[in-house]
Amino acid sequence: MRVGKTELIIILIVFLCVSLYMLSWLAFGFKPVFLWTDVLVYILVVSIIAFALYAKSKPHLRDPWRQVWRRKLGMSALVILLFYVFAGLLDSVHFRMPLQNQTSEGEMQYQSDVLTVLDMVLPSLHENVEKTYSSPFATHLFAKETIQHDDGSTTREYPRLKFGGAHLDEHASGRTMDVLVNTFIGLTMGLLISVLVIGVILFLLAKHWSCSFKQASEKILKQESEAAWAVVLLTLLLCITLISLLYYLSYYYHVFGTDKVGRDVLYQAIKSIRTGLVIGTLTTLIMLPFAMMLGIMAGYFRGWIDDVIQYLYTTLNSIPGILLIAAAVLMMQIYMANHPELFETDSERADTRLFFLCIILGITSWTGLCRMLRGEALKLREMDYIQAASAFGVSNFKIIWRHIQPNVMHIILIAVVLDFSGLVLAEAVLSYVGVGVDPTTYSWGNLINGARLEMAREPLVWWSLLAAFIFMFILVLAANLFSDAVRDAFDPRIRKQ
Amino acid sequence: MLNYIIRRMFYAIPILIGVNLITFTLFFVVNTPDDMARMHLGMKRVTPEAIEKWKADRGYDKPVAFNSEAQGFAKLTDTIFFENSVKLFVFEFGRSDAGRDIGFDISQRMWPSLAIAVPVLILGLLANITFALLVAFFRATYIDFWGVVVCVVLMSISGMFYIIGGQFLVGKLLHLVPISGYDTGFDAIKFLILPVLIGVIGGIGSGTRWYRTLFLEEIGKDYVRTARAKGLSESLVLFKHVLKNAMIPILTGVVVVLPLLFMGSLITESFFGIPGLGSYTIDAINSQDFAIVRSMVFLGSFLYIVGLILTDISYTLVDPRIRLS
Repeated sequence: MRVGKTELIIILIVFLCVSLYMLSWLAFGFKPVFLWTDVLVYILVVSIIAFALYAKSKPHLRDPWRQVWRRKLGMSALVILLFYVFAGLLDSVHFRMPLQNQTSEGEMQYQSDVLTVLDMVLPSLHENVEKTYSSPFATHLFAKETIQHDDGSTTREYPRLKFGGAHLDEHASGRTMDVLVNTFIGLTMGLLISVLVIGVILFLLAKHWSCSFKQASEKILKQESEAAWAVVLLTLLLCITLISLLYYLSYYYHVFGTDKVGRDVLYQAIKSIRTGLVIGTLTTLIMLPFAMMLGIMAGYFRGWIDDVIQYLYTTLNSIPGILLIAAAVLMMQIYMANHPELFETDSERADTRLFFLCIILGITSWTGLCRMLRGEALKLREMDYIQAASAFGVSNFKIIWRHIQPNVMHIILIAVVLDFSGLVLAEAVLSYVGVGVDPTTYSWGNLINGARLEMAREPLVWWSLLAAFIFMFILVLAANLFSDAVRDAFDPRIRKQ
Repeated sequence: MLNYIIRRMFYAIPILIGVNLITFTLFFVVNTPDDMARMHLGMKRVTPEAIEKWKADRGYDKPVAFNSEAQGFAKLTDTIFFENSVKLFVFEFGRSDAGRDIGFDISQRMWPSLAIAVPVLILGLLANITFALLVAFFRATYIDFWGVVVCVVLMSISGMFYIIGGQFLVGKLLHLVPISGYDTGFDAIKFLILPVLIGVIGGIGSGTRWYRTLFLEEIGKDYVRTARAKGLSESLVLFKHVLKNAMIPILTGVVVVLPLLFMGSLITESFFGIPGLGSYTIDAINSQDFAIVRSMVFLGSFLYIVGLILTDISYTLVDPRIRLS
């Protein structure tokens, strides 16, 4: 492969990240933790980059992507997805901090809870734990408590929060004004940052198009550029402003309140991003090789291979998905409960469960893609060029790799992006049923499940539901819109119309 | 015809055997009955006697697949595999781990499931086809564009939020119907309205979009152009010709889910406290009653295969181009 400018920049960035990580390891003495899903996430990132570079050099993949770049809704969705991915990646670098008071001799002692880079970025959210429920922007707890005064008398009242609105005076007067002022400051800061970012992007674009800064902005405003840059920049502006607003406010208040044990709901919703993304992407990553190999083999070789593979996927497919998942997860729970020695920390145990869930979901969801690939391979093997190739004595493996694989790539790509949103939604349902991720893993399903138990409470504890709803809805909507754009660009049937 | 159906049924047998083997492996080979007993009795402080008794009560103390101590046929029949897996083929589900008769429970609980699933299917179908026809009628206009966007938005909301939102709005704020529960006979209707309504609304997004694609595919065909060339009005073309021909994929898509209606919906039934097979399954999962989960897996697969056979038959009935072979 020819090493161009883009490749060099990517290699440089990866190198920089790794060396930064090593440096901070030496400087702070923490212990890196590589969870199963972390490693797979890294592999996924590397393979996506590799695929992007590969696609750049192949016209049959490059041209549809160009069409995607022109779609306004799709590009706006992609920007939002990238913010989610960024949060998920930050949350995929795990480590354990050393204990404060080390014993003098022997090995280093480490804290039992595993942190991520995201926790470091959001210290105010991670550490500000209250006693129990509090509503969004509250300064007092949600439940009354008996408070003993200095003179010995006791009253029942709502105690002040330790962190939410702690900078206000004793009676938390002027809270509304304070929230408004802080919102204004946060918005202004966000706008400033986003204008800065957009300026940098415009500058780079101007350089790329070799025109002046002014010409570049005019080109984008008039929507003459090849990609839908105007929408991209607008979405960037909105996202950055909103994120900075949330970030700024979260220093003073619990923007989405706190849950039963006083943890910040916003923090949980953000931490759930990784779980959602992992389930949406790793499941596909795990099932893809099997579906591809078996599907193409069945269609290409036919005969008894076809019969065996068809039997395999018809059998798996005939078990209702949720029941197969439930059965497999129940069995895995027993296995893990009987072998506690396999896991060093709680998060390793939870992560193994997440990993297994991905595998099980993959097993139940590969059949559809496999059937489609089989049908396509059946059609392709009769094509003249493949007949010619086999007449020339090209080996079966080479025919599959050189002639069939490129021709089914669009099906695979469409299936991958279409599956994603469904898997994110499925996670919530599975966690509700009790066969999803570990109860200690942050996930939207667990968030909903925890809130559901309080549905009967008067007044209602609604903020956990709201947070889970907003975070999930935006991710799934963005994924749906983006996958529509991808499908429209790659599906030959739709392209013809 | 009869010949064909019988042959299709024979094809189903190896698949059912496969399903049976998978469930058997999952439930008895991955973990031994000892592990299951320990899980049920609490992980710590379990005496070996308690485990033996738990296994003996449920018949899990037999050899897994081959009983060398028994005589004759009993060598094969007096085993866990035969007792718990092979008997599923004749729908002898046996007893649950809690000691109840699973077959009886299923026959009792399937009616509430049907009472929700059938109206949801029929009303949902009507609503989806109506909206899809409307959107297809205004295709390539702003109504079409925004209709699709609304569908995508509706699809992006998790089904659980429809239920929670509906319960909150209708049950809690407006006090129109009870939030959850069930009753026998006609009293059940007031408990059924809300879940049915939510089931229909929750499916509109994906359903409308799917049927819209079907209609648009049909609209692009030659006979539609001919009909237009004859001078038929657009609405007549759509409602008479397109709808009629699109009924084939719609009908066959519906037939495949018909048998599965018995299984009910896990989420809906559990949120609304309806004693159907869906909540039966959820309760079994939560109390880790493996006998029930095993039976439901087999029943679900069986019903799915029945659905497939029915689909093939219905194809031949509605589409004269397809011959039985």
